[in-house]
Amino acid sequence: MYASAQHGASRSDILTALGDTKQVGRKSCSTSGCCGQGKCGSQKGQGDLPSGLWDKVKTHPCYSEEAHHHYARMHVAVAPACNIQCNYCNRKYDCANESRPGVVSERLSPEQAVKKVLAVASAVPQMTVLGIAGPGDPLANPKRTFKTFELVKTAAPDIKLCLSTNGLMLPDYIDAISNFNVDHVTITINTVDPEIGTRIYPWIFYKHKRYTGHEAAKILTERQLQGLQMLTERGVLTKVNSVMIPGINDHHLAEVNKVVKSRGGFLHNIMPLISSPEHGTAFGASGQRGPSPQELKAVQDSCEGEMIMMRHCRQCRADAVGLLGESRTAEFTIERIMSMELNYDMDTRKAYRAKVEKERAAMIVAGHDALVGLADVSSDIKVLAAVATKGSGLINEHFGHAAEFQVYELSKAGAKFVGHRRVDVYCQGGYGEEGSLASIISAINDCHAVFVAKIGACPREALIKAGITPVDQFAHDFIVKSAIVWFTAYLKKVNSGEIAHVQRIQAGSRNATVISAA
Amino acid sequence: MPFKIVSSQCTGCSACELECPNAAIFERDGSFVIDSKKCTECIGHFDEPQCVAVCPVDRTCVIDTSLPRYQAPARGETA
Repeated sequence: MYASAQHGASRSDILTALGDTKQVGRKSCSTSGCCGQGKCGSQKGQGDLPSGLWDKVKTHPCYSEEAHHHYARMHVAVAPACNIQCNYCNRKYDCANESRPGVVSERLSPEQAVKKVLAVASAVPQMTVLGIAGPGDPLANPKRTFKTFELVKTAAPDIKLCLSTNGLMLPDYIDAISNFNVDHVTITINTVDPEIGTRIYPWIFYKHKRYTGHEAAKILTERQLQGLQMLTERGVLTKVNSVMIPGINDHHLAEVNKVVKSRGGFLHNIMPLISSPEHGTAFGASGQRGPSPQELKAVQDSCEGEMIMMRHCRQCRADAVGLLGESRTAEFTIERIMSMELNYDMDTRKAYRAKVEKERAAMIVAGHDALVGLADVSSDIKVLAAVATKGSGLINEHFGHAAEFQVYELSKAGAKFVGHRRVDVYCQGGYGEEGSLASIISAINDCHAVFVAKIGACPREALIKAGITPVDQFAHDFIVKSAIVWFTAYLKKVNSGEIAHVQRIQAGSRNATVISAA
Repeated sequence: MPFKIVSSQCTGCSACELECPNAAIFERDGSFVIDSKKCTECIGHFDEPQCVAVCPVDRTCVIDTSLPRYQAPARGETA
């Protein structure tokens, strides 16, 4: 079943989907297609995607916003070598308590990697995707990368294979990617202008030579775009990651978006630069800042409608395990895997997925039923709401236990996922921390409400004082449905004059909250 | 003089091992080591020493000045 889905989508399917995406954008549906009205819901989240494409993305947490609530991914760090230098990367820094992309504590052989995949797949039935994403470039280590894919394909054929590359060697490995049924590839393309590239890449290593300056950036850009086009022609779904670097490529990302769209890119993920002096990167040393959540959202919004924008990326580590936003890496160290009893059973995994699909369908129906109530209320108001969730599309996390809040934009069109905010966990060992409470409030202070499964009296009071309404009446209910029901009541109160709508102020710098959480 | 790797600088990424034309580089305890008997400074293979060119950390692959300079074998008349 897996193999037959691989080559299901042709180039024309992908381009048709991209054309349809434009329409999706106009109708203000999200990637999942579950927020809008009419036909989106009837197709259970498929939206306007053709069936071939939907089969490829419906259980992929990175490629489908909706799937990311239900399905997990894992990365194996088998490919540590790299062939380019980026100013946001420092290869020397490696700390177990650190959580930023490219950093990893344990490097695995392909044989160890497949053991880890089986161990995780046995323990985490929602794990559907294996990615190789460094640290380093998987295609600078082609032998280790493809050996791992080969072993996993044999041992666990139901797991989708992914790789994430800087694109320098991509045109040389298109056949291998097709042959191993890798149907999702991510290319990091930060610029399509070599002049801008010189400010991001100090050097590349290509054909036995180190190139610097304009020449390096030009080779890299050309190879990336050529690789993207070749993948599109083979029907391989391609996500493009762009790191948003204020003052360097922020105003250029709309152009990047246009170019990658014209080459058949499926999804564009504009993500914020993570930079801090202690990371020891060139950007950290030069004081290059990352964007605020608002700056990031503005750029993402400006590209919306051109192609599908990814907004649920967690910039996970190269050895991440679990749902997006969740880190179970520490449970699966090599030492522990070796002593684990493996119980890889395809039937159990299949049954689990069937159960999840049933829940997903129920969630979408509930969301649509809620939208009907909203249709009677007229208003242009848009508000943001933060949600504490452990996954499955449910409000099922206590305020004090949340390491991140998912943010939804609520409007007449429904509830649309727009991002997430990482925070310090408020409740450590049962005690609330005043300092972390202030930082949580500053991270979500552009939200009107925060939906939680439960919340203590102290943080509740502080949130109300800060103008954020804590909402716990929808505990363990579906996020989208609950948010729409709450928003409908909010609009009714505003329209009747019971309460006045106030625009919320901007949230604090995302980087500030990330650093304090590290 | 062959190259050597300053182990305190080495990140263990293996990039040099993949590029070395002489298979002179191997892993030992998480970092990499150059076999001085096999290192030819890439003379006759490439314009620049590959380990230096690909290494992500500056001043990691350096000339070992305690050893004599590598002598490329004299080319035969037909070469």
